[in-house]
Formats: sequence, C-alpha cells, structure tokens
Amino acid sequence: MSTTLKEPQNTPALPREIIRGSMSARKKARGNRGGRSLLAKGEPMLWLTGGGLVVAVVMIIALLTLVIIQGAVTFWPKPVVQFTLKDNTIYMGEVTRDDTYKPEPGVLNSLPADVQADIAANEGWAHRELVRTGNFDLTNTHFHWVEDFNSQGQTLPKWATVIERNSWGRFYGMPKSFLIDGKVVADTPQAAWAEYIKYHDEVRERWHERRGLEKHDIGRESRKVDHARLEMKSALLEHGKDSAEYREAQANYDAIEAQVNVAYAKIREEINALNAENDRYQLVMETAQGQEKQLGLAEIVRAYPANQLGLGGKISLYLSRWWEFLSDEPREANSEGGVFPAIFGTVAMTLIMSVLVVPFGVLASLYLREYAKAGPMISAVRIAINNLAGVPSIVFGVFGLGFFCYVVGGTIDEVFFKASLPNPTFGTGGLLWAALTLALLTLPVVIVSTEEALAAVPGSMREGSYGCGASKWQTIRRIVLPRAMPGVMTGAILAMARGAGEVAPLMLVGAVKLAPELPIDGVYPFLHAQRSFMHLGFHVYDLGFQSQNAEAAKPMVFTTTLLLICIVAFLNLFAIWLRARLRRKFVSSQF
Amino acid sequence: MGTNPVMDKSMTTTESDLNTAATTSVTQPDDRDQLTLEQIAACDNFKSEIHDSLYQETSIINVKDFNLWYGTKQALFNINMPIAEGQVTALVGPSGCGKSTLLRSVNRINDLIDGLHIGGDMLLNGTSIYDKSVDVIELRKRMGMVFQKPNPFPMSIFENVVYSLRIDGERNKGVLEEVCERSLRGAALWDEVKDRIHESALGLSGGQQQRLCIARAIAAEPEVLLMDEPCSALDPIATGKIEDLVEELRGEYTILMVTHNMQQASRASNYTAFMYLGRLVEYGPTRDIFTNPHLRPTEDYISGRFG
Ligand SMILES: Nc1ncnc2c1ncn2[C@@H]1O[C@H](COP(=O)(O)OP(=O)(O)O)[C@@H](O)[C@H]1O
Ligand SMILES: [Mg+2]
Repeated sequence: MSTTLKEPQNTPALPREIIRGSMSARKKARGNRGGRSLLAKGEPMLWLTGGGLVVAVVMIIALLTLVIIQGAVTFWPKPVVQFTLKDNTIYMGEVTRDDTYKPEPGVLNSLPADVQADIAANEGWAHRELVRTGNFDLTNTHFHWVEDFNSQGQTLPKWATVIERNSWGRFYGMPKSFLIDGKVVADTPQAAWAEYIKYHDEVRERWHERRGLEKHDIGRESRKVDHARLEMKSALLEHGKDSAEYREAQANYDAIEAQVNVAYAKIREEINALNAENDRYQLVMETAQGQEKQLGLAEIVRAYPANQLGLGGKISLYLSRWWEFLSDEPREANSEGGVFPAIFGTVAMTLIMSVLVVPFGVLASLYLREYAKAGPMISAVRIAINNLAGVPSIVFGVFGLGFFCYVVGGTIDEVFFKASLPNPTFGTGGLLWAALTLALLTLPVVIVSTEEALAAVPGSMREGSYGCGASKWQTIRRIVLPRAMPGVMTGAILAMARGAGEVAPLMLVGAVKLAPELPIDGVYPFLHAQRSFMHLGFHVYDLGFQSQNAEAAKPMVFTTTLLLICIVAFLNLFAIWLRARLRRKFVSSQF
Repeated sequence: MGTNPVMDKSMTTTESDLNTAATTSVTQPDDRDQLTLEQIAACDNFKSEIHDSLYQETSIINVKDFNLWYGTKQALFNINMPIAEGQVTALVGPSGCGKSTLLRSVNRINDLIDGLHIGGDMLLNGTSIYDKSVDVIELRKRMGMVFQKPNPFPMSIFENVVYSLRIDGERNKGVLEEVCERSLRGAALWDEVKDRIHESALGLSGGQQQRLCIARAIAAEPEVLLMDEPCSALDPIATGKIEDLVEELRGEYTILMVTHNMQQASRASNYTAFMYLGRLVEYGPTRDIFTNPHLRPTEDYISGRFG
C-alpha cells in the first residue's frame, strides 16, 4: 500500500498524463491477474450466497402458501353434488378431492369393453372423486369414492341441504317435513326449511342454556360435595376414625350432600324442561337414497341448502364457521367445531412460560456478565448453557415429567393434597409443569441474547453512573437493564417462538386431546396451574394422526396449523412492537 | 481525536526508552537544567519540579507517593501533587502518559478494572481516599466526573440531572426541580433546554450533552469536579462554551481537568501539571509553566517540539 501511495509524491516532476497512464496500466494488470482466479471475481460467491437465500425464501413462501391456501378453504361451503352410478346407486355429498389412479386388474376386467379401452388409451389411469356423503348413523361411513367410469352423471339438487350436527358428523339430505309436537306443520322442502329458520335460533339458545346448567351449575354443586368429602378425608387422616373432628366433618358432609342433592334435582328439572321444550321441534330429512331421518332441532348446529347459497350467503357461512372455530369447543373428536380451548391453552402456556423464563434468564445472565469473575468455571457454565439449546426437546419433556410432575408435584400432593390421593393434583402433567419445562427449554435462548445485550451496553454509561456515586446494583437497575431491555425482548421473542411451537415435551407434561375445563376460569383461585390443557400444536398432531375420521380431519389440520402460525406471529409481533418502542428511547441524535 | 504522525513517532521512542529503563536503573539526575526525556523515562521515582507558589495555596486533594499498576504494567510513578482548592488545575502531557489514570484514581473509578493495584495514597481534605474503611460510593458522591465523550443516560434531561439524587432516594418533586434548574443554570444549559427538560437527553447536540453531563456532575454539589478531556469530542464553538463554563465554575468548585490542548490549558487553568510516561514532571502556575518553565522537557512540550 505504501509504495503505490507514495509513488506520485516521489515523482512530482512527472506530467499528470504520465502518472495517470501508468496507473491505468497498473489497474489493467491487476484486472488480468484477477481474471485468472474464479474466486477473486466475487461473482460466483454472489451467486452462491444469493442462491442460498433464494432457496430459503422459496421454501418459506411455499410452506406458508400451502398452509394458508389449504387452511383458508376449509370453511368455504362447497356445492352438494348428487352422483348416480351405473348400478343406480346414489351418492350425495360434497366433493372433497379427486385423483387419478390405476384401477386393479380385477376391477378393470369386470368393466365394459369401451370403458376398458378408454382407460387403456389413458395408459391405465382412471379418474375418481372422493365424495363426503356423511350420514354416518345410517351408512357407517363418511366418504365414498366415485370413479368416473362408474358414474352415469351428476346433478345439483336444489334442496340438497348440509346439516352440521352435535354428533354423528354431517348429514346430507333434503328437508321433507317439519314436526311440532309430532304434528306435521310443513310438508314441502320450502315450508319445512322456513319452519327450521323460524325455530332454530330459539331452540339453540335453550340448548346453550341447558349446557350452561350442566357445566356450571352442576359443576358448582359437585365441587361443594367434593370439597366436603376432601375435608372429611383429611379429618380422617389427621385425627383418626373415632375423633370428634372426623365425626363433625362427616356430619357436615352428609348435610352438604343432602343440600346438593336437592339442588341437583332442581337443576335436573330445569334441564328436563328445556329438553322437553326443544324436543317438540323436529326436522324430517330425506336422504338421496330415500331414507327418512328425523332430526331434533337442538342437535343441529348449522344447516344450509348448499346449492342455493349466493355469494353473500357463502361468505356469511364462511365467517360463521371461522367464528365457531375460534370461539367454540371442539366436537366430534376434535374434527369439527372450534379450538378455543386450544388457543387459550397455547396462549396461557406461552405467556406463563415467558413470565417464568425471562426473569430467570435475566438474573442468570446478570450474574454471568456483571458479577462473576471471568474464568474457566464461567466459561464452562456458558458452554453448558449453549449446549442446553441443542438438547432434543423430548429430553426436556422426560425431565419435566420425571422431575416436575413426579418429584415436585408428587411432593406437593403429599403435603398439601393428601386427602385427594391417590388421584394426583399436581403430581401429573399440567399447565404449570408444561410452562416450567418449556421455560427450561428456552432458557438458553434468553440467557444468550441477554448476555449479548448486557455486553453491548457501553462502558461509558456504567462509568457515568458510577461517577455519580451509584452502586453496582443501582447502575444495573437504572442504566444497564433499561439499555439492555431491547436485547432481553429479543430473547423473549425467540423463546416465545420456540416455546409456542413445541409439541413433543408437552405430550409428556400436560397437553391433552380434550380438556374438560380451561386452566383459567371464574372459579377461585382462577388460575388452575395444575390442570391439563389443550394446545394447538398438540391439536394438530392429534387431528393429523389420531383421528378416526382422518379425511374429515385433514383440512382441519391445515386450518389449525394456520391458526398456530398466526398466533405465534401475533405474539412475536407484539413483542417486536414492544422492543421497537423500547429501542426508540435509546436513539441518540449523535452530534 | 485525530492521530498526529509526530505523536506516533514519539510514542515509539518512548516505548524503547521504557525497555532501557527496565534494564538499567538510573538514579535521580542531579543537574536539573540539563534534564532530558530519556533521563525522566529511566527514573522510577522521579522528583517532580513543583513550583513554590503551590505550597502557598490550601490544597483540597493531596496525592502522596502514588503508584499505579495495570496488571504488571506500571502506569503512574511516585506522583506527589497537591491540588489547590477552588482553582482549575490542568493535566497535560502526551497521550498515554497517565493523565486519565491519575484523574480516575482520584474518585477511584479505576477500581472497576481487573488487575489494578496501587501504592501510596491520596487525601481529600485530609482524609484518605484509599483507606480500607472508605466507602467508595460516598467518596464518589463528593466528586463529580465529566468524561471525554458525552455520556448522557438514555432518559429525560431532567432525570439525567437529578440522577445522583434519585439514587439517594430523593422523591420530593420540589427539591428535584430546584436542583435540576440550579444545575442546568450552573452548566449554562438552562435557557436552551428549559422547555424540554422532560424530553430524551439523547436528542441534544454533542456540546449540549457535554454541558448536561457537567450539570449532572454538579447536581450533588461535589467538592471536586474531575474532567477528562471534556472538549475533545466537540466542535470549536461547543468547546468555547465549555471553556467559558469552566471559567464560571472556578472558585465555586475545585476543577481537575485533563486536556490535550495547550491553548485550552493556558486559557482555562490556574495551575498546570505536565506529565510524561507516568511521571509528574513539572507542576506550577499556568503562566509560569507556559512562559518560564523550570525544566527543558516541559519547555519542549509546551512549545510543541514533541508530543
Ligand atoms: N484499563 C487499562 N488496562 C491496561 N492498561 C491501561 C488501561 N488504561 C490505560 N492503560 C495504560 O496506561 C497508560 C496511561 O493511560 P491513560 O491514563 O489513558 O493516558 P492518557 O489519558 O494520558 O492518554 C497507557 O500506557 C495505557 O496504555
Ligand atoms: Mg486519556
């Protein structure tokens, strides 16, 4: 460098052109030399790195597009098609998908010659459609394949109606008549449908009321009995069978049980009244095959004449299904209905995990960075923490189950919930243990990013604070931590993203297929950290691999995945927004 | 801070001198008039040339036989230095000579550095600074410090100024506001920021930030103000303002100021100490140091012949 720079100074007498000429000659020489080496050109590296980026971006976009498209179309109402097969069998339902396949030779040989020729012309490939025919209670199946060569034709019957029910899955048929108190009040599809519209809302309202009674009121009463029983049992454990306390508790229990039985009877009476009122309204449907089926209006979640829907009707149906999906509980082994408990569980678990992991991680990194003296010990600890991030998550699940659930939870049960043993209270998977397990799993993420943030706080800030007579802790609290907060938030964001998507450890420490109660509700003490909970990630797994009605569950897998992605993205966006707000505070106008 | 090639050259010569100092132990040269830089560098307990007029002042800080090591590297050699109360004392010398180190030893902010150890002592109003029983936090509260680069905290102007009161747990809003206004006025910043004292301090210009740091330093009414090249990161206009401010603060506070800039030292200070390679070479009234130094190296340095 020095020679090239000095040269013009050393030759002041030389005319400018000569200098310039010699310089460009030098440049040329250098360029030629570069041409000989591929790597020196830089372009291959540009292509390589750019290509890597493109591959990553394409993969992400493809994945997101797949999930978004598949997840978004699930709730869009499809027309109901009626197929008539060559043997005059009739199938009616929604076409869920189609494919081309190679019919087996046995099937092929039984076909007429012209069809065989057609398939042969197509190199042995035939086309078929999968029709969701529903009516499981009548036919014992949800789906039928309809091969093109087997079908005479298809029509869109005007009054083909889709009915989503509380149980047995969907029903496809035409409204035939409408019964009130067993008397026919309408006997054309149109009139029956009008009656259905007229009464359905009020019937469903009564049905919800009934469910509320079953869930909340009966629950409340049975909690009273349980409580009294537990007290009786603890009195027995503490004071013995012949003690006064035990006898008192026993008397108390008997009194409460008697009270509750009266309350039960009353609630049951109310329920029966509601049921009886609802049972008055019956919709009679006729399947495409001509079978009649009487459906209680209370059983019907939603019904619509699919082939008569205009765009507005389709949109409102679509939105109503989304709303049900987001706000309701699942039915039909999770393949229908909503995922609200899973959303709730996911968010609650993630938030509790963040609340646990962030302070813990920040304290640990404060010690590592601010208090500990650098040395082999600290390096070892740091390496161990970094390696913790690479441990497979199921290992954390096993640890959580073995340590949190069995050891810690078991001890808590022994000490505080002795009366309800052998039924575990804390000694089994639950929200708290799941959150703790994931907190442990995400701890390295928080520690590493917090440490980086702490290290990035300029020494001049600390010195300024010490110079004002602040102690170490005052400096950390007032200067270092606020400055490091955006970094801490980054850690929290990464931890949340990792924690919210984790499924494997949750299966061991508390996520369940169907949780009867939410982990946070209006019953004292409001947060029931010991309860098992539903989780969207686990829900996806359950739908995809554990469902009896796999075909019907498949679209829900995508929809739930979409929702999970949205929730994780939302939690992240929230944290990123928070971080941006914090960062803005530290932007200096710098001179 | 631009590096100046001449300075770099002097650095290289001094390093080689250090090596010779380690091998050959030279005693105090007798002939003070013919003293050379090499002789100073070779001498481990160089006796500083301290002008008599200093002994007539009351000293607030008294540095006594002070030595300091960063690990095994000695950075200060046997410094003896009284600092006059209510006056501005400038520390000058080539870069790396230990000015900052000495300044930072006064409020013991150097304690935070690993592997640092010291010998000798300093006295503040007659009490030891380095005694084991001294509460460092309390000590630092008696001194304000201003750093080379403005380092306002990322909070509002108000919170910056009252920081030292806040950490003492002062909650009374009236007191805080009064202190804030007094300190900002003291730092000649009040008029510029009085309408936005609750806005972020990071929105101020560099010069304003530095004056804010001075306001922060004088908020707790310290006995001594320590300034480490307070103008080196500022433009000439901001520098002028800070110099005027130092002029105003003189008398009220004892100011110990490191500076790189000879004019600044001559304009702003009453006393000037010239340091070289961790030794205090000559120390006296600024006018004498600049016009009539006793030692040849001082004269060379003041007149820009090296450093
Ligand atoms: N934290 C430190 N660790 C080790 N050596 C240091 C440290 N700070 C300063 N020094 C050394 O001490 C000497 C004096 O430094 P300093 O006081 O900053 O000089 P000045 O402020 O006069 O330019 C220099 O040689 C420098 O390299
Ligand atoms: Mg310095």
